Amino acid sequence: MALTREQMAQRVAQELKDGFYVNLGIGIPTLVANYVPEGIDVMLQSENGLLGMGRFPTEDEVDPDMINAGKQTVTARPGAAIFDSAESFAMIRGGHVDLTVLGAFEVDQEGNIASWMVPGKLIKGMGGAMDLVAGAENIICTMTHASKHGESKLLEKCTLPLTGAGCINRVLTDLAYLEIENGSFILKERAPGVSVEEIVEKTAGKLIVPDHVPEMTFD
Amino acid sequence: MSGFDKRVYSYEEAMAGIESGMTLVAGGFGLCGIPENLIAEVKRRGVKDLTVISNNCGVDGFGLGVLLEDKQIKRFYASYVGENALFEQQMLNEEIEVILTPQGTLAEKMRAGGAGIPAFYTATGYGTPIGEGKEVREFNGRHYILEEAFHADFAIVKGWKADRYGNVVYRDTAQNFNPLAATCGKVTVVEVEEIVEPGELRPDQIHTPGIYVDRIIQGTFEKRIEKRTVREG
Repeated sequence: MALTREQMAQRVAQELKDGFYVNLGIGIPTLVANYVPEGIDVMLQSENGLLGMGRFPTEDEVDPDMINAGKQTVTARPGAAIFDSAESFAMIRGGHVDLTVLGAFEVDQEGNIASWMVPGKLIKGMGGAMDLVAGAENIICTMTHASKHGESKLLEKCTLPLTGAGCINRVLTDLAYLEIENGSFILKERAPGVSVEEIVEKTAGKLIVPDHVPEMTFD
Repeated sequence: MSGFDKRVYSYEEAMAGIESGMTLVAGGFGLCGIPENLIAEVKRRGVKDLTVISNNCGVDGFGLGVLLEDKQIKRFYASYVGENALFEQQMLNEEIEVILTPQGTLAEKMRAGGAGIPAFYTATGYGTPIGEGKEVREFNGRHYILEEAFHADFAIVKGWKADRYGNVVYRDTAQNFNPLAATCGKVTVVEVEEIVEPGELRPDQIHTPGIYVDRIIQGTFEKRIEKRTVREG
């Protein structure tokens, strides 16, 4: 069975380590915050200028001056810091964020990522995505393995305009967890009940399949 | 003393000197921390052919979105323009030129403009459409593109508190691009919720020192919320 969005978030959360500063993108990455393992403390960075994003506010706590990068009202947790946008992106571009999780339309075997623009469709902008992929050392890209029409999103070469070049080395899809190394995807784990054959079939880029590909485990 | 008194008492005075064809940089992220009354004054004046630099273009009917109603904006630098139907329409009709700029690059271009740095290299955008036509240089085996600083005729900024010297503090995430915008305008106008007596703001807590600020005005703010998200509790 392909992973649900919640399961994808849960799997990504297993990569969190105590003391990590983490930037979570919109969509599935946002859900990761709900699955931080017990005993682990992470500080969430929101690129509009908040390090230490807390929970959503109660009705009484809502404050128009307190939002996240998705423009939702939020709170700051104890230990949070607030700063301007240049400072925020200095952290990101300077490689200070320990883990970045973001979505994509396509990723290719060279670690290129396309996530912001589909030519011919309305272009809304890249926001902070280009800064995040260029600045982070440690990125997990979350996406469905193939489109609704069954076309692979893990490609030999991205077809859409890039968000960043050669910057992705870990991908979690609804079918598999993969790493990218020396121009190949390497199949590391598969979703429970998903066969290696299905993953091979739905991966258009070069894929290395080790002898043993374990199933993901969830607590 | 009066040479340092930056206070003005009407929005007309606050935006005196703005003309058609000028470049305007505005603080704010989404609708958070936007200089909403200064924007309204720009609309009231009907100046046209503006080049506007801001992370977003407000929403229909609020924030910078109001400047679209009378087609006052010719060119717009932003990182994200997704929440505004009128903007989309003018973009598709090519009535407005949009230069999408990565958010960190946008912030840094403002900072550089204010700091006398004409251009800077960044890895952001290398190998993407944003890097096309820009100078590329390699440092320590990595590629970087050259991005040029912003300079604006007017900077419009929303602060929380200021004193008459133009020292400004911002509140929570309403800070965002505001202190950066404040540095790169030839004329920097800051509207705040409260003007306090000199000395009330701790010198070591000032976000924008008064040297960057030309005019200060106290206003009242709607502070519209774009995405009210709450939890039970």
